[in-house]
Amino acid sequence: MKTADAAFVYSIEEHSYHFHDKHPFNPLRLTLTKDLLEACNSLDTNKILKPRKATEEELALVHDLAFIDAVKLAGANKLSAEKARSYGLGTDDTPFFNDMHNAASYLVGGTLTAVDAVMNGSYSHAIHLGGGLHHGFKGKASGFCIYNDSAIAIEYLKQKYQARVLYVDTDAHHGDGVQWSFYDDPDVFTLSVHETGRYLFPGTGSVTEKGAGAGYGLKVNIPLEAFTEDDSFLESYETAFREAVDFFRPDLILTVNGADSHYLDPLTHLHTSLKSFHFIPKLAHELAHEYCEGRWVAVGGGGYDHWRVVPRAWASIWLEMTNQTDVLNQPIPQTWIEQWQDHADVQLPQSWYDDEKMLPVVPRKPIITARNQQTIEKALFHIRNEKPSRRPSFTQKNNLC
Amino acid sequence: MKVKDIMKRDLVTLTKEHTIKEALHLLEKNRIRHIPIVDELGQIQGIVSDRDIRDARPSIFEQHSNDSELDKPISSLMSTNIITAEPEDLVQEVASVFYLYHIGCLPITEDDRLVGMVTETELLHTFVELMGADKPSTQIDVEVSNSPGQLATIALIFKEFDINIHSVMVYPSETEATKTLLFRAQTIDARQVIEAIQKAWF
Ligand SMILES: [Zn+2]
Ligand SMILES: [Zn+2]
Repeated sequence: MKTADAAFVYSIEEHSYHFHDKHPFNPLRLTLTKDLLEACNSLDTNKILKPRKATEEELALVHDLAFIDAVKLAGANKLSAEKARSYGLGTDDTPFFNDMHNAASYLVGGTLTAVDAVMNGSYSHAIHLGGGLHHGFKGKASGFCIYNDSAIAIEYLKQKYQARVLYVDTDAHHGDGVQWSFYDDPDVFTLSVHETGRYLFPGTGSVTEKGAGAGYGLKVNIPLEAFTEDDSFLESYETAFREAVDFFRPDLILTVNGADSHYLDPLTHLHTSLKSFHFIPKLAHELAHEYCEGRWVAVGGGGYDHWRVVPRAWASIWLEMTNQTDVLNQPIPQTWIEQWQDHADVQLPQSWYDDEKMLPVVPRKPIITARNQQTIEKALFHIRNEKPSRRPSFTQKNNLC
Repeated sequence: MKVKDIMKRDLVTLTKEHTIKEALHLLEKNRIRHIPIVDELGQIQGIVSDRDIRDARPSIFEQHSNDSELDKPISSLMSTNIITAEPEDLVQEVASVFYLYHIGCLPITEDDRLVGMVTETELLHTFVELMGADKPSTQIDVEVSNSPGQLATIALIFKEFDINIHSVMVYPSETEATKTLLFRAQTIDARQVIEAIQKAWF
């Protein structure tokens, strides 16, 4: 029996994943999003699940024990600078902070809580905005990420539920940590739609990265041109997602919802608007019902315009999950604006959509669109030319026993 | 970087008495494109590639191929005009050998004995590593005047922000007056560095 459509995984403990006040990866994003949903009366307290803390065994599903030990020592300020470097810690991107092992373990636990909520049948969907740390590597922190909650959750889904997962990552950066964790795994399909790595971090995610060994063909990368706008972004995303899900027939869809492809984001060069962030969860929701009996877990990710972009983008995932998208046609509640305007260094938005007149003009638009279309062709060529695997899905297996 | 740092050491070899059929089987099984042919002393006698087989005996790839063709010894089609290199050679020298002679693989010998192979795959992998493109990083290109000290000035800026550089390349610009420096830096957030570089220059 379903308790409800969707669960919202959140607790104040997650705010301790905080490098320092000037760091772009800031838990304020969680507060602003939750407050916005509450101001819209769109978030019932009884749908909020508290994340548990991931155990060390769970972290070790993906990470090396030596790395976990290093993170513990770093959080107690007991790790030498030289040692720290070799684990990607103590850098400008991932500096030490007090008790970082516990904070990072809560973020992983949050995504596991979301996964359990969906897999034990209580909820069709679950969201955990504290997750999405897709750059974390087996033995190395990278790009603001320590433990890779998404990779751990996928391995956990495989081992505990024998589930095959389709991972869909629309963060503007390539989902490298997750991709490399499952590069030769035939039971995990990773799809990453991101800005080309020609200049942007992490540099990987080219169309030629398609997996290895038994996992060959099940990793798809769509590196988009810098300054890609809504239409081309959405065309690429929709085409790739529909073909991937139809080819792979997963048991669950895990989406990483970084909000850094927006034109206001200070770290990337993609040029989408809120229109994209309304459609991204809409398609995930539709396909989860069509292919996975609804099983969809959404996590957060990047997004560095804390005031104008992230709260609206992330709140709209929840509105989509809970069929409350009518809220998007109403103005942003004045109570939210009044509560936060004084803290913000920019004007807070009044609407759930961006004013089209404000969008920057991109003169090379036709060239960008054409190049992205070629990229899609190359990225999907192999699955278009292969017969779908049509392996029995999780539910069919369960019905047999 | 030297050849011994990148060469493949566990090799699949045959002697010239082996048949074409056996060579084909090995190429397929190991997913390789070249097999060095050695004598009992481990000295290189020749190389057989999937292409040699295809070019010399197109019929064997056809459905009803003549089996007797496949039973011929590989000495009948191996290339014997072999260019080799040594473990102590520099990678860049070896790279230009590939380029000059249009070859796909280079046997590495020591005291006339075969000890390794370098193929295009090893070379390409090495250059990807040298460019730092296999490690999570942001790329920053800077066009500077073609004069001494430019690289040092920018390197100091990276140091100031405590950002590790994975690789640096210097290459000529379109004009003689400038050069382009290409950095791969270990950071997701290069804003401060870029701003400081711009400030230092303009
Ligand atoms: Zn990102
Ligand atoms: Zn639903």
